[in-house]
Amino acid sequence: MTEQSIFGEDFVKPEEKQYNTLNLGPTHPATHGVFQNILQMDGEIIISAEPTIGYIHRAFEKLAERRPFYQVTPITDRLNYCSSPINNIGWHLTVEKLLNVSTPKRVDYMRVIIMELARIADHLVCNAVLGVDSGALTGFTYMFQERERIYDLYEEIAGARLTTNIGRVGGFERDFTPRFHEKLKEFLAGFPKRFEEFDSLITRNRIFMDRVVNVGPISAEKALSYSFAGPNLRAAGVDYDVRVMNPYCSYQDFDFMIPVGTHGDTFDRFVVRQNEIRESLKIINQAYNNLPEGNFHADCPEFYLPKKEDVYNSMEALIWHFKIVMGEVDLPAGEVYHSVEGANGELGYYLISDGGRTPYRLHFRRPSFIYYQAYPEMIKGQMLSDAILTLSSMNVIAGELDA
Amino acid sequence: MALNNDIVLSRLQEKFPDAIREAYINFDQLNIEIDPAHNAAILRFLKEDEEMNFNYLTDLTAVHMPEQTGKEIGVIYHIHNLYDNYRLRLKAWIPESEPVIATASSIWLGANWMERETYDNFGVRFDGHPDLRRILNVDHMEIFPLLKQYPLEDSSREDKDDRFFGR
Repeated sequence: MTEQSIFGEDFVKPEEKQYNTLNLGPTHPATHGVFQNILQMDGEIIISAEPTIGYIHRAFEKLAERRPFYQVTPITDRLNYCSSPINNIGWHLTVEKLLNVSTPKRVDYMRVIIMELARIADHLVCNAVLGVDSGALTGFTYMFQERERIYDLYEEIAGARLTTNIGRVGGFERDFTPRFHEKLKEFLAGFPKRFEEFDSLITRNRIFMDRVVNVGPISAEKALSYSFAGPNLRAAGVDYDVRVMNPYCSYQDFDFMIPVGTHGDTFDRFVVRQNEIRESLKIINQAYNNLPEGNFHADCPEFYLPKKEDVYNSMEALIWHFKIVMGEVDLPAGEVYHSVEGANGELGYYLISDGGRTPYRLHFRRPSFIYYQAYPEMIKGQMLSDAILTLSSMNVIAGELDA
Repeated sequence: MALNNDIVLSRLQEKFPDAIREAYINFDQLNIEIDPAHNAAILRFLKEDEEMNFNYLTDLTAVHMPEQTGKEIGVIYHIHNLYDNYRLRLKAWIPESEPVIATASSIWLGANWMERETYDNFGVRFDGHPDLRRILNVDHMEIFPLLKQYPLEDSSREDKDDRFFGR
Protein backbone atom coordinates (compact mmCIF):
# COMPACT_ATOMS: atom_id res chain seq x y z
CA MET A 1 0.00 0.00 0.00
CA THR A 2 1.40 3.37 -0.97
CA GLU A 3 1.52 6.18 1.50
CA GLN A 4 -1.49 8.41 1.09
CA SER A 5 -1.81 11.95 2.32
CA ILE A 6 -4.72 12.65 4.61
CA PHE A 7 -5.30 15.90 2.68
CA GLY A 8 -6.25 14.13 -0.54
CA GLU A 9 -4.93 14.75 -4.01
CA ASP A 10 -5.13 18.53 -3.94
CA PHE A 11 -2.57 18.74 -1.17
CA VAL A 12 0.63 20.48 -2.23
CA LYS A 13 3.70 19.21 -0.47
CA PRO A 14 5.58 21.96 1.35
CA GLU A 15 8.67 21.74 -0.86
CA GLU A 16 6.57 22.30 -3.93
CA LYS A 17 4.81 25.25 -2.46
CA GLN A 18 5.62 28.68 -3.84
CA TYR A 19 5.35 31.85 -1.82
CA ASN A 20 4.71 35.36 -3.00
CA THR A 21 7.15 38.06 -2.13
CA LEU A 22 5.50 41.32 -1.19
CA ASN A 23 7.36 44.53 -0.70
CA LEU A 24 5.59 46.53 2.00
CA GLY A 25 7.01 50.01 2.11
CA PRO A 26 9.29 52.01 2.37
CA THR A 27 6.52 54.47 1.61
CA HIS A 28 3.12 53.01 2.02
CA PRO A 29 -0.05 54.81 3.06
CA ALA A 30 -0.74 52.25 5.76
CA THR A 31 2.66 52.38 7.44
CA HIS A 32 3.12 55.62 9.29
CA GLY A 33 6.68 56.48 8.51
CA VAL A 34 9.40 55.00 6.39
CA PHE A 35 9.37 51.28 7.08
CA GLN A 36 10.21 48.62 4.58
CA ASN A 37 9.36 44.99 5.09
CA ILE A 38 9.89 42.31 2.50
CA LEU A 39 7.25 39.73 3.26
CA GLN A 40 7.00 36.13 2.19
CA MET A 41 3.31 35.49 1.78
CA ASP A 42 1.32 32.32 1.63
CA GLY A 43 -1.86 33.77 0.27
CA GLU A 44 -2.72 36.34 2.89
CA ILE A 45 -0.64 34.74 5.65
CA ILE A 46 2.80 36.09 6.43
CA ILE A 47 5.50 33.42 6.44
CA SER A 48 8.45 35.66 7.15
CA ALA A 49 9.36 39.33 7.19
CA GLU A 50 12.64 41.08 6.62
CA PRO A 51 12.65 44.66 7.83
CA THR A 52 15.01 47.24 6.37
CA ILE A 53 15.57 50.36 8.41
CA GLY A 54 17.77 53.42 8.18
CA TYR A 55 15.87 55.38 5.54
CA ILE A 56 15.95 58.52 7.64
CA HIS A 57 19.22 57.90 9.47
CA ARG A 58 20.71 61.32 10.21
CA ALA A 59 23.81 60.32 12.19
CA PHE A 60 22.71 62.10 15.36
CA GLU A 61 25.37 60.44 17.46
CA LYS A 62 28.11 61.73 15.18
CA LEU A 63 26.51 65.18 14.96
CA ALA A 64 26.31 65.41 18.74
CA GLU A 65 30.06 64.96 19.02
CA ARG A 66 30.55 68.42 17.50
CA ARG A 67 27.77 70.21 19.32
CA PRO A 68 27.75 71.94 22.69
CA PHE A 69 25.03 70.69 25.00
CA TYR A 70 22.60 73.45 24.04
CA GLN A 71 22.79 72.46 20.42
CA VAL A 72 22.13 68.82 21.17
CA THR A 73 18.60 69.61 22.42
CA PRO A 74 17.17 70.24 18.93
CA ILE A 75 18.60 66.87 17.83
CA THR A 76 16.67 65.13 20.57
CA ASP A 77 13.46 66.76 19.28
CA ARG A 78 13.78 64.69 16.19
CA LEU A 79 14.01 61.31 17.88
CA ASN A 80 10.42 60.64 18.85
CA TYR A 81 8.86 63.69 17.25
CA CYS A 82 5.42 62.84 18.61
CA SER A 83 6.59 63.67 22.12
CA SER A 84 9.63 65.92 21.73
CA PRO A 85 9.31 67.57 25.17
CA ILE A 86 10.09 64.26 26.91
CA ASN A 87 13.22 63.88 24.80
CA ASN A 88 14.30 67.46 25.48
CA ILE A 89 13.77 67.21 29.20
CA GLY A 90 15.47 63.82 29.31
CA TRP A 91 18.53 65.42 27.75
CA HIS A 92 18.43 68.38 30.16
CA LEU A 93 18.24 65.94 33.07
CA THR A 94 21.24 64.02 31.76
CA VAL A 95 23.33 67.18 31.52
CA GLU A 96 22.14 68.30 34.94
CA LYS A 97 23.20 64.97 36.39
CA LEU A 98 26.66 65.43 34.87
CA LEU A 99 26.88 69.03 36.06
CA ASN A 100 25.51 68.10 39.47
CA VAL A 101 22.84 70.77 39.28
CA SER A 102 19.74 70.34 41.40
CA THR A 103 16.56 71.95 40.21
CA PRO A 104 13.90 73.63 42.36
CA LYS A 105 10.67 71.74 43.01
CA ARG A 106 8.76 74.12 40.82
CA VAL A 107 10.91 73.21 37.82
CA ASP A 108 10.33 69.51 38.50
CA TYR A 109 6.56 69.99 38.65
CA MET A 110 6.51 72.16 35.55
CA ARG A 111 8.51 69.50 33.74
CA VAL A 112 6.19 66.77 34.92
CA ILE A 113 3.17 68.68 33.61
CA ILE A 114 4.80 69.12 30.22
CA MET A 115 6.09 65.57 29.97
CA GLU A 116 2.72 64.12 30.84
CA LEU A 117 1.02 66.37 28.29
CA ALA A 118 3.51 65.04 25.76
CA ARG A 119 2.75 61.47 26.78
CA ILE A 120 -0.97 62.11 26.30
CA ALA A 121 -0.33 63.62 22.87
CA ASP A 122 1.84 60.69 21.84
CA HIS A 123 -0.57 58.02 23.05
CA LEU A 124 -3.50 59.87 21.46
CA VAL A 125 -1.78 59.83 18.08
CA CYS A 126 -0.96 56.15 18.41
CA ASN A 127 -4.41 55.08 19.51
CA ALA A 128 -6.34 57.35 17.18
CA VAL A 129 -4.28 56.14 14.24
CA LEU A 130 -4.79 52.55 15.27
CA GLY A 131 -8.48 53.35 14.99
CA VAL A 132 -7.95 54.69 11.48
CA ASP A 133 -6.02 51.62 10.44
CA SER A 134 -8.88 49.44 11.56
CA GLY A 135 -11.42 51.63 9.80
CA ALA A 136 -12.62 54.04 12.48
CA LEU A 137 -11.88 57.51 11.17
CA THR A 138 -14.20 59.49 13.42
CA GLY A 139 -12.28 59.06 16.65
CA PHE A 140 -9.12 60.14 14.92
CA THR A 141 -10.50 63.52 13.89
CA TYR A 142 -11.72 64.22 17.44
CA MET A 143 -8.47 63.19 19.08
CA PHE A 144 -6.30 65.17 16.69
CA GLN A 145 -8.22 68.21 17.83
CA GLU A 146 -7.10 67.42 21.38
CA ARG A 147 -3.54 66.97 20.23
CA GLU A 148 -3.76 70.43 18.69
CA ARG A 149 -4.77 71.81 22.10
CA ILE A 150 -1.68 70.21 23.64
CA TYR A 151 0.46 71.68 20.87
CA ASP A 152 -1.05 75.07 21.68
CA LEU A 153 0.19 74.58 25.22
CA TYR A 154 3.72 73.81 24.01
CA GLU A 155 3.53 76.87 21.83
CA GLU A 156 2.65 78.95 24.86
CA ILE A 157 5.80 77.72 26.64
CA ALA A 158 8.39 77.32 23.93
CA GLY A 159 6.96 78.95 20.82
CA ALA A 160 7.13 75.76 18.77
CA ARG A 161 4.64 73.00 18.26
CA LEU A 162 6.21 69.82 16.94
CA THR A 163 9.97 70.04 17.45
CA THR A 164 9.69 71.98 20.65
CA ASN A 165 13.26 72.45 21.96
CA ILE A 166 11.49 73.09 25.25
CA GLY A 167 13.19 74.33 28.40
CA ARG A 168 16.86 74.64 29.14
CA VAL A 169 19.51 72.95 31.17
CA GLY A 170 18.48 74.04 34.67
CA GLY A 171 14.83 74.77 34.02
CA PHE A 172 12.85 76.98 31.71
CA GLU A 173 13.43 80.28 29.96
CA ARG A 174 10.34 81.77 31.60
CA ASP A 175 7.60 80.86 34.00
CA PHE A 176 4.22 79.60 32.83
CA THR A 177 2.40 82.55 31.31
CA PRO A 178 -1.14 83.53 32.42
CA ARG A 179 -2.36 82.41 29.04
CA PHE A 180 -0.80 79.00 29.60
CA HIS A 181 -2.60 78.65 32.93
CA GLU A 182 -5.86 79.59 31.25
CA LYS A 183 -5.36 77.11 28.40
CA LEU A 184 -4.22 74.31 30.68
CA LYS A 185 -7.27 74.74 32.93
CA GLU A 186 -9.49 74.71 29.86
CA PHE A 187 -7.78 71.54 28.63
CA LEU A 188 -8.02 69.78 31.99
CA ALA A 189 -11.70 70.66 32.25
CA GLY A 190 -12.71 69.64 28.75
CA PHE A 191 -10.38 66.84 27.73
CA PRO A 192 -11.52 63.99 30.03
CA LYS A 193 -15.08 64.13 28.72
CA ARG A 194 -14.03 64.17 25.07
CA PHE A 195 -11.49 61.45 25.72
CA GLU A 196 -14.06 59.18 27.35
CA GLU A 197 -16.30 59.79 24.36
CA PHE A 198 -13.48 58.56 22.10
CA ASP A 199 -12.97 55.61 24.40
CA SER A 200 -16.66 54.69 24.23
CA LEU A 201 -16.51 54.91 20.42
CA ILE A 202 -13.64 52.49 20.03
CA THR A 203 -12.55 50.37 22.97
CA ARG A 204 -15.49 47.99 23.36
CA ASN A 205 -16.58 48.36 19.77
CA ARG A 206 -17.30 44.92 18.39
CA ILE A 207 -15.75 45.57 14.99
CA PHE A 208 -12.63 47.05 16.53
CA MET A 209 -12.21 44.20 19.01
CA ASP A 210 -12.59 41.61 16.29
CA ARG A 211 -9.75 43.29 14.44
CA VAL A 212 -7.29 43.69 17.32
CA VAL A 213 -7.76 40.98 19.94
CA ASN A 214 -4.99 38.37 19.64
CA VAL A 215 -3.30 40.25 16.86
CA GLY A 216 0.49 40.49 17.08
CA PRO A 217 0.89 39.05 20.57
CA ILE A 218 4.17 38.71 22.44
CA SER A 219 4.82 36.91 25.71
CA ALA A 220 6.28 38.63 28.75
CA GLU A 221 9.48 36.51 28.61
CA LYS A 222 10.04 37.29 24.95
CA ALA A 223 9.29 40.96 25.48
CA LEU A 224 11.84 41.18 28.30
CA SER A 225 14.42 39.29 26.30
CA TYR A 226 13.89 41.67 23.40
CA SER A 227 14.36 44.60 25.82
CA PHE A 228 10.87 45.93 25.17
CA ALA A 229 9.97 48.99 27.17
CA GLY A 230 7.08 51.26 27.89
CA PRO A 231 3.47 50.46 27.00
CA ASN A 232 4.50 47.54 24.77
CA LEU A 233 6.28 45.81 27.63
CA ARG A 234 3.52 46.63 30.09
CA ALA A 235 0.90 45.25 27.69
CA ALA A 236 2.74 41.94 27.91
CA GLY A 237 2.34 42.06 31.69
CA VAL A 238 5.62 43.45 33.04
CA ASP A 239 5.11 46.51 35.21
CA TYR A 240 8.42 48.20 34.42
CA ASP A 241 8.09 51.96 34.41
CA VAL A 242 11.14 54.21 34.82
CA ARG A 243 8.96 56.84 36.52
CA VAL A 244 8.29 54.44 39.38
CA MET A 245 11.45 52.39 39.44
CA ASN A 246 14.00 55.20 39.20
CA PRO A 247 12.00 58.36 39.84
CA TYR A 248 13.35 61.52 38.28
CA CYS A 249 11.81 65.00 38.35
CA SER A 250 9.99 64.30 41.66
CA TYR A 251 7.77 61.60 40.16
CA GLN A 252 7.79 59.97 43.60
CA ASP A 253 5.50 62.78 44.79
CA PHE A 254 2.60 61.68 42.64
CA ASP A 255 0.09 58.96 43.10
CA PHE A 256 -0.54 56.99 39.93
CA MET A 257 -0.87 53.43 38.73
CA ILE A 258 1.01 51.43 36.13
CA PRO A 259 -1.57 49.86 33.80
CA VAL A 260 -0.57 46.40 32.61
CA GLY A 261 -2.01 43.98 30.09
CA THR A 262 -1.89 40.21 29.95
CA HIS A 263 -1.52 39.00 26.37
CA GLY A 264 0.74 41.63 24.85
CA ASP A 265 -1.50 41.81 21.79
CA THR A 266 -2.66 44.84 19.87
CA PHE A 267 -5.77 45.23 22.00
CA ASP A 268 -3.75 45.19 25.22
CA ARG A 269 -1.34 47.76 23.86
CA PHE A 270 -4.29 49.95 22.93
CA VAL A 271 -5.93 49.61 26.34
CA VAL A 272 -2.67 50.16 28.24
CA ARG A 273 -2.16 53.40 26.33
CA GLN A 274 -5.74 54.47 26.98
CA ASN A 275 -5.26 53.87 30.70
CA GLU A 276 -1.92 55.63 30.71
CA ILE A 277 -3.62 58.70 29.33
CA ARG A 278 -5.97 58.61 32.34
CA GLU A 279 -3.02 58.17 34.71
CA SER A 280 -1.15 61.02 33.03
CA LEU A 281 -4.18 63.24 33.55
CA LYS A 282 -4.14 62.32 37.24
CA ILE A 283 -0.47 63.25 37.45
CA ILE A 284 -1.01 66.56 35.68
CA ASN A 285 -3.86 67.45 38.03
CA GLN A 286 -1.77 66.62 41.08
CA ALA A 287 1.25 68.53 39.81
CA TYR A 288 -0.77 71.54 38.73
CA ASN A 289 -2.83 71.78 41.90
CA ASN A 290 0.29 71.51 44.07
CA LEU A 291 2.56 73.59 41.85
CA PRO A 292 5.12 74.90 44.36
CA GLU A 293 6.16 78.52 44.49
CA GLY A 294 9.74 79.24 43.63
CA ASN A 295 12.10 79.90 40.84
CA PHE A 296 11.54 78.50 37.38
CA HIS A 297 15.20 77.66 36.87
CA ALA A 298 18.10 76.29 38.86
CA ASP A 299 20.85 78.51 40.13
CA CYS A 300 23.61 77.60 37.70
CA PRO A 301 24.72 80.82 35.98
CA GLU A 302 27.56 79.12 34.16
CA PHE A 303 25.16 77.00 32.16
CA TYR A 304 21.84 78.84 32.26
CA LEU A 305 21.50 81.78 29.89
CA PRO A 306 21.22 85.14 31.69
CA LYS A 307 18.10 87.27 31.37
CA LYS A 308 17.79 89.18 28.15
CA GLU A 309 17.55 92.58 29.90
CA ASP A 310 20.80 91.84 31.70
CA VAL A 311 22.48 90.82 28.47
CA TYR A 312 21.61 94.21 26.99
CA ASN A 313 22.63 96.16 30.06
CA SER A 314 25.51 94.41 31.76
CA MET A 315 28.88 93.38 30.41
CA GLU A 316 29.19 90.23 32.55
CA ALA A 317 25.82 88.91 31.47
CA LEU A 318 26.74 89.56 27.85
CA ILE A 319 29.99 87.65 28.25
CA TRP A 320 28.21 84.67 29.81
CA HIS A 321 25.50 84.77 27.20
CA PHE A 322 28.14 84.71 24.49
CA LYS A 323 30.14 81.95 26.13
CA ILE A 324 27.12 79.71 26.55
CA VAL A 325 25.66 80.36 23.11
CA MET A 326 29.00 79.82 21.38
CA GLY A 327 29.57 76.68 23.41
CA GLU A 328 32.65 77.95 25.22
CA VAL A 329 31.52 76.40 28.49
CA ASP A 330 33.23 73.12 29.15
CA LEU A 331 31.31 70.19 30.58
CA PRO A 332 32.96 68.35 33.47
CA ALA A 333 34.56 65.05 32.57
CA GLY A 334 32.49 62.03 33.44
CA GLU A 335 30.29 59.28 32.24
CA VAL A 336 26.59 59.25 32.90
CA TYR A 337 23.59 57.21 31.87
CA HIS A 338 20.22 58.73 32.52
CA SER A 339 16.89 57.43 31.39
CA VAL A 340 13.39 58.79 31.39
CA GLU A 341 10.12 57.08 30.64
CA GLY A 342 9.52 58.23 27.08
CA ALA A 343 6.17 57.69 25.44
CA ASN A 344 7.59 54.47 23.97
CA GLY A 345 9.50 53.38 27.03
CA GLU A 346 12.91 53.78 28.55
CA LEU A 347 14.61 56.56 26.64
CA GLY A 348 18.23 56.61 27.74
CA TYR A 349 21.08 59.01 27.19
CA TYR A 350 24.57 57.64 27.62
CA LEU A 351 26.93 60.57 27.72
CA ILE A 352 30.70 60.34 27.91
CA SER A 353 32.34 63.68 28.45
CA ASP A 354 36.09 64.17 28.32
CA GLY A 355 35.84 67.62 29.87
CA GLY A 356 35.50 69.39 26.53
CA ARG A 357 32.75 71.60 25.18
CA THR A 358 30.96 68.80 23.36
CA PRO A 359 30.11 65.23 24.33
CA TYR A 360 32.95 62.84 23.56
CA ARG A 361 30.35 60.24 22.80
CA LEU A 362 26.59 60.38 23.10
CA HIS A 363 24.44 57.34 22.64
CA PHE A 364 20.67 57.36 22.59
CA ARG A 365 18.91 54.30 23.91
CA ARG A 366 15.94 54.44 21.60
CA PRO A 367 13.08 52.15 22.59
CA SER A 368 11.57 51.98 19.09
CA PHE A 369 14.84 50.78 17.60
CA ILE A 370 15.19 48.05 20.16
CA TYR A 371 11.68 46.63 20.07
CA TYR A 372 11.12 46.90 16.34
CA GLN A 373 13.42 43.90 15.88
CA ALA A 374 10.72 41.68 17.37
CA TYR A 375 8.25 42.75 14.68
CA PRO A 376 8.95 39.90 12.20
CA GLU A 377 8.38 37.38 14.97
CA MET A 378 5.18 39.06 16.11
CA ILE A 379 3.56 39.04 12.68
CA LYS A 380 4.63 35.57 11.62
CA GLY A 381 1.57 33.53 10.78
CA GLN A 382 -0.71 36.55 10.88
CA MET A 383 -2.68 38.17 8.08
CA LEU A 384 -1.24 41.07 6.13
CA SER A 385 -3.86 43.45 7.47
CA ASP A 386 -2.94 42.38 11.02
CA ALA A 387 0.69 43.25 10.34
CA ILE A 388 -0.39 46.82 9.66
CA LEU A 389 -2.31 47.00 12.94
CA THR A 390 0.58 45.47 14.88
CA LEU A 391 3.01 48.03 13.51
CA SER A 392 0.57 50.79 14.28
CA SER A 393 -0.02 49.64 17.85
CA MET A 394 3.70 49.27 18.58
CA ASN A 395 4.03 52.98 17.88
CA VAL A 396 7.33 52.68 16.07
CA ILE A 397 8.38 56.24 15.27
CA ALA A 398 10.70 56.42 12.29
CA GLY A 399 12.74 59.26 13.77
CA GLU A 400 13.46 57.30 16.90
CA LEU A 401 14.06 54.10 14.97
CA ASP A 402 16.74 55.52 12.71
CA ALA A 403 18.20 58.35 14.82
CA MET B 1 18.67 40.25 49.64
CA ALA B 2 18.76 43.02 47.21
CA LEU B 3 21.82 43.34 45.06
CA ASN B 4 24.41 45.96 45.74
CA ASN B 5 27.79 46.91 44.35
CA ASP B 6 29.74 44.80 46.84
CA ILE B 7 27.77 41.62 46.22
CA VAL B 8 28.00 41.90 42.43
CA LEU B 9 31.71 42.68 42.47
CA SER B 10 32.65 39.98 44.96
CA ARG B 11 30.58 37.33 43.18
CA LEU B 12 32.19 38.22 39.87
CA GLN B 13 35.70 38.27 41.34
CA GLU B 14 35.12 34.92 42.93
CA LYS B 15 33.72 33.36 39.76
CA PHE B 16 36.04 35.01 37.22
CA PRO B 17 39.20 35.94 39.13
CA ASP B 18 41.25 36.58 36.00
CA ALA B 19 38.65 38.34 33.89
CA ILE B 20 37.82 41.32 36.09
CA ARG B 21 40.24 44.10 35.20
CA GLU B 22 38.98 47.11 37.10
CA ALA B 23 35.93 48.37 38.92
CA TYR B 24 34.91 51.90 39.79
CA ILE B 25 31.80 53.86 40.60
CA ASN B 26 30.59 56.59 38.32
CA PHE B 27 27.45 58.53 39.30
CA ASP B 28 26.30 55.81 41.72
CA GLN B 29 26.61 53.16 39.05
CA LEU B 30 29.16 50.38 39.28
CA ASN B 31 31.41 50.06 36.23
CA ILE B 32 33.32 46.85 35.71
CA GLU B 33 35.97 46.46 33.06
CA ILE B 34 36.17 42.88 31.91
CA ASP B 35 38.45 40.78 29.78
CA PRO B 36 36.91 40.72 26.27
CA ALA B 37 37.81 37.04 25.90
CA HIS B 38 35.41 36.15 28.69
CA ASN B 39 32.58 38.55 27.98
CA ALA B 40 30.06 35.92 26.87
CA ALA B 41 30.69 33.75 29.93
CA ILE B 42 30.41 36.72 32.28
CA LEU B 43 27.23 38.01 30.64
CA ARG B 44 25.67 34.58 30.69
CA PHE B 45 26.55 34.19 34.36
CA LEU B 46 25.05 37.59 35.17
CA LYS B 47 21.87 36.76 33.29
CA GLU B 48 21.37 33.20 34.48
CA ASP B 49 22.71 33.13 38.01
CA GLU B 50 19.81 33.12 40.46
CA GLU B 51 21.22 35.84 42.60
CA MET B 52 22.52 38.08 39.80
CA ASN B 53 19.48 37.74 37.53
CA PHE B 54 20.23 40.60 35.14
CA ASN B 55 17.20 39.91 33.02
CA TYR B 56 17.13 43.14 31.03
CA LEU B 57 19.73 44.36 28.57
CA THR B 58 19.19 48.10 28.62
CA ASP B 59 21.76 49.13 26.11
CA LEU B 60 24.75 47.96 24.14
CA THR B 61 27.07 50.36 22.43
CA ALA B 62 30.72 51.20 21.91
CA VAL B 63 33.14 54.06 22.22
CA HIS B 64 36.34 54.81 20.35
CA MET B 65 39.34 56.11 22.27
CA PRO B 66 42.19 56.26 19.73
CA GLU B 67 44.82 57.28 22.29
CA GLN B 68 44.53 54.03 24.26
CA THR B 69 46.90 51.91 22.22
CA GLY B 70 45.90 48.28 21.95
CA LYS B 71 42.48 48.78 23.48
CA GLU B 72 40.96 51.53 21.40
CA ILE B 73 37.38 50.35 21.21
CA GLY B 74 35.28 49.81 24.28
CA VAL B 75 32.14 47.72 23.99
CA ILE B 76 29.75 48.86 26.69
CA TYR B 77 26.85 46.91 28.13
CA HIS B 78 24.22 48.44 30.37
CA ILE B 79 22.37 45.68 32.14
CA HIS B 80 19.53 45.90 34.61
CA ASN B 81 18.18 43.54 37.25
CA LEU B 82 14.51 44.50 37.25
CA TYR B 83 13.68 42.51 40.38
CA ASP B 84 16.11 44.41 42.58
CA ASN B 85 16.23 47.50 40.38
CA TYR B 86 19.99 47.37 40.11
CA ARG B 87 21.91 48.67 37.11
CA LEU B 88 25.41 47.65 36.09
CA ARG B 89 27.74 48.84 33.35
CA LEU B 90 30.27 46.47 31.83
CA LYS B 91 33.09 47.46 29.54
CA ALA B 92 35.33 45.33 27.41
CA TRP B 93 38.21 47.01 25.59
CA ILE B 94 39.32 45.50 22.31
CA PRO B 95 42.00 46.57 19.81
CA GLU B 96 40.97 48.56 16.75
CA SER B 97 43.14 46.38 14.52
CA GLU B 98 41.20 43.25 15.50
CA PRO B 99 37.82 44.35 16.85
CA VAL B 100 36.26 40.98 17.64
CA ILE B 101 34.15 40.08 20.65
CA ALA B 102 31.66 37.32 21.34
CA THR B 103 28.00 38.06 20.72
CA ALA B 104 25.39 38.54 23.41
CA SER B 105 22.51 37.91 21.04
CA SER B 106 22.10 34.35 22.27
CA ILE B 107 21.77 35.62 25.84
CA TRP B 108 19.34 38.47 25.23
CA LEU B 109 17.44 38.43 21.94
CA GLY B 110 17.39 42.22 21.94
CA ALA B 111 21.16 42.35 21.57
CA ASN B 112 20.78 41.38 17.92
CA TRP B 113 20.07 44.81 16.47
CA MET B 114 22.08 46.64 19.10
CA GLU B 115 25.13 44.66 17.98
CA ARG B 116 24.33 45.31 14.34
CA GLU B 117 24.19 49.01 15.11
CA THR B 118 27.53 48.83 16.94
CA TYR B 119 29.06 46.94 14.04
CA ASP B 120 27.64 49.48 11.63
CA ASN B 121 29.11 52.44 13.48
CA PHE B 122 32.35 51.05 14.91
CA GLY B 123 33.15 47.93 12.93
CA VAL B 124 33.07 45.70 16.00
CA ARG B 125 32.64 42.14 14.76
CA PHE B 126 30.47 40.13 17.10
CA ASP B 127 31.57 36.55 16.90
CA GLY B 128 28.62 34.19 16.59
CA HIS B 129 26.07 36.85 15.65
CA PRO B 130 23.42 35.31 13.40
CA ASP B 131 23.13 38.18 10.94
CA LEU B 132 25.88 40.76 11.25
CA ARG B 133 25.11 43.33 8.56
CA ARG B 134 24.91 47.08 8.45
CA ILE B 135 21.61 48.36 9.75
CA LEU B 136 21.38 52.15 9.63
CA ASN B 137 24.00 53.12 7.06
CA VAL B 138 23.94 52.14 3.40
CA ASP B 139 25.24 48.67 2.62
CA HIS B 140 28.04 49.82 0.32
CA MET B 141 29.59 52.14 2.89
CA GLU B 142 33.26 51.36 3.33
CA ILE B 143 34.04 53.06 6.63
CA PHE B 144 32.73 52.82 10.16
CA PRO B 145 31.58 56.38 10.67
CA LEU B 146 31.66 56.79 14.45
CA LEU B 147 35.40 56.09 14.65
CA LYS B 148 37.20 59.25 15.62
CA GLN B 149 39.43 59.39 12.53
CA TYR B 150 36.45 60.42 10.43
CA PRO B 151 35.77 64.11 11.02
CA LEU B 152 32.21 65.33 10.94
CA GLU B 153 32.99 68.12 8.50
CA ASP B 154 35.14 68.11 5.41
CA SER B 155 38.54 69.32 6.64
CA SER B 156 39.50 70.66 3.22
CA ARG B 157 36.90 73.41 3.34
CA GLU B 158 38.33 76.90 3.48
CA ASP B 159 35.14 78.94 3.89
CA LYS B 160 34.80 78.03 7.54
CA ASP B 161 37.38 79.19 10.06
CA ASP B 162 37.23 76.93 13.08
CA ARG B 163 38.74 79.60 15.33
CA PHE B 164 35.46 81.49 15.16
CA PHE B 165 33.50 78.48 16.26
CA GLY B 166 35.60 77.54 19.25
CA ARG B 167 36.75 74.31 17.68
